[in-house]
Amino acid sequence: MLNTGEILQTIEMLDQQHLDIRTITMGINLLDCADADLDICAEKIHEKITRMAKDLVKTGEDIQSEFGIPIVNKRISVTPISLVAASTGADDYVKIALALEQAAQDTGVNFIGGFSALVHKGMTASDRVLINSLPKALSLTEHICASVNVATTRAGINMDAVGLMGETIIRIAEETADRDSLGCAKLTVFANAVEDNPFMAGAFHGTGEGDAVINVGVSGPGVIHHALRSIKGKRFDDVSEVIKKTAFKITRMGELVAQEAARRLNVPFGIVDLSLAPTPAIGDSVARILEEMGLETCGTHGTTAALALLNDAVKKGGVMASSHVGGLSGAFIPVSEDEGMIAASQKGVLNMDKLEAMTCVCSVGLDMIAVPGDTDASTIAAIMADEAAIGVINNKTTACRLIPVIGKGVGEVAVFGGLLGTAPVIPVHKESSRDFIARGGRIPAPLHSLRN
Amino acid sequence: MKAIVTVIGKDQVGIIAGVCALMAERNINVLDISQTVMQEYFTMIMMVDLTLYSGSFEELQSCLDVWGRERNLSIRIQREDIFEAMHRI
Repeated sequence: MLNTGEILQTIEMLDQQHLDIRTITMGINLLDCADADLDICAEKIHEKITRMAKDLVKTGEDIQSEFGIPIVNKRISVTPISLVAASTGADDYVKIALALEQAAQDTGVNFIGGFSALVHKGMTASDRVLINSLPKALSLTEHICASVNVATTRAGINMDAVGLMGETIIRIAEETADRDSLGCAKLTVFANAVEDNPFMAGAFHGTGEGDAVINVGVSGPGVIHHALRSIKGKRFDDVSEVIKKTAFKITRMGELVAQEAARRLNVPFGIVDLSLAPTPAIGDSVARILEEMGLETCGTHGTTAALALLNDAVKKGGVMASSHVGGLSGAFIPVSEDEGMIAASQKGVLNMDKLEAMTCVCSVGLDMIAVPGDTDASTIAAIMADEAAIGVINNKTTACRLIPVIGKGVGEVAVFGGLLGTAPVIPVHKESSRDFIARGGRIPAPLHSLRN
Repeated sequence: MKAIVTVIGKDQVGIIAGVCALMAERNINVLDISQTVMQEYFTMIMMVDLTLYSGSFEELQSCLDVWGRERNLSIRIQREDIFEAMHRI
């Protein structure tokens, strides 16, 4: 029999510490929607998504009500559209984006991810069409997320693609200038992208996956923060233990919801993503966990070590709690979506260089960072190249979600609303990287011996 | 299916009687009850068996919610599995 303390602890986590399931994401294979005709292809895509995911939102709501755990998002990830739409030979994929948008509205999901291309070694004609369609696609739709994989540890970094993405991000920013360049918040540029990530903006359904799959992303920075408060001043050994135990509990809940959702939807269970995903709400911040460890402000010296410990302990605790772990798994540090990060960057303590260092040990990368609207495309590209290099050399996933906020400069604030939050515009280095990006070509895959 | 009902709020006469009556009307068997009063705050945890209950979970939930609100109590009902998953290996 469960005891009173255990039951009340769970309820307190849910009520006061913002414990939630961040997302149930259904992955859907769209390769069978390929067609030589763009309109028919778009129609097939819409038909398949609305058929496969018709009960997704209802199922999420039912589980939320029966188990009493908030399920914040219901999402869909699809096969990278550059593969699905290649056979149309079209020179623009905006129509596909609109079909996806319609499917998102008809199924009631919060986002569909997978308006994507994998170009880490080279770019097909279709990949190029997709990338060129991004500004219009992200401006005309509300629920579509895009991603482009520009590097892998095995292939190196496609610097032509990095350069093109720098220019594309500026075009997206301009296209959505009336909304604080919101379009850029729906695009992730990856190194070592994973095929089963349930989180946006980078979710897509990889070609190694089955026809459909359920992946679940958990959350709970507030729960970890609360647990650490009870061991003020204790040694790091204790800090690690407390994080592991708490992550285990959070993940067990994610596993239960994932298994239940998969069973009810009659779709195979894929993975649980062991992530600490913050929100802009007070008490749901990753930065505040780092500060709880003894840092005056997130971003000061010691932040990288604190984040490394947190990220590792979350994985160690979570991995035992789930039968299959995958996705991005770790602590996210999206600046605009984390109340403590917003405060630290407004103070000027958390800057681009420290964020880059933190991405060496966190789960993803430079996430939801607003930069001045007049930033040069080559500077954006160079930031992405740095980030890709960290991923490629360290054999980890890294990503960039940078938002050059058109018309705004350092000290001003971009407001995206909802989970995407508010981002103070932070400075980038003024010195040019133009000639570096202009070289193009590929940075070769790294050596994986002689590790120093 | 087993579920856990938790009632939290200011202590008053008839909380357990009221919740039990709601359960009995719906053919829901009460398996276990524990309650404490700390600084006037009442906390009750009740395990119930829904096997013979023919209505929907939502109906039960909203009826408990309405009953609780009228008395300034927070009442929730959740499937037992979530607590088992979190606290038992």
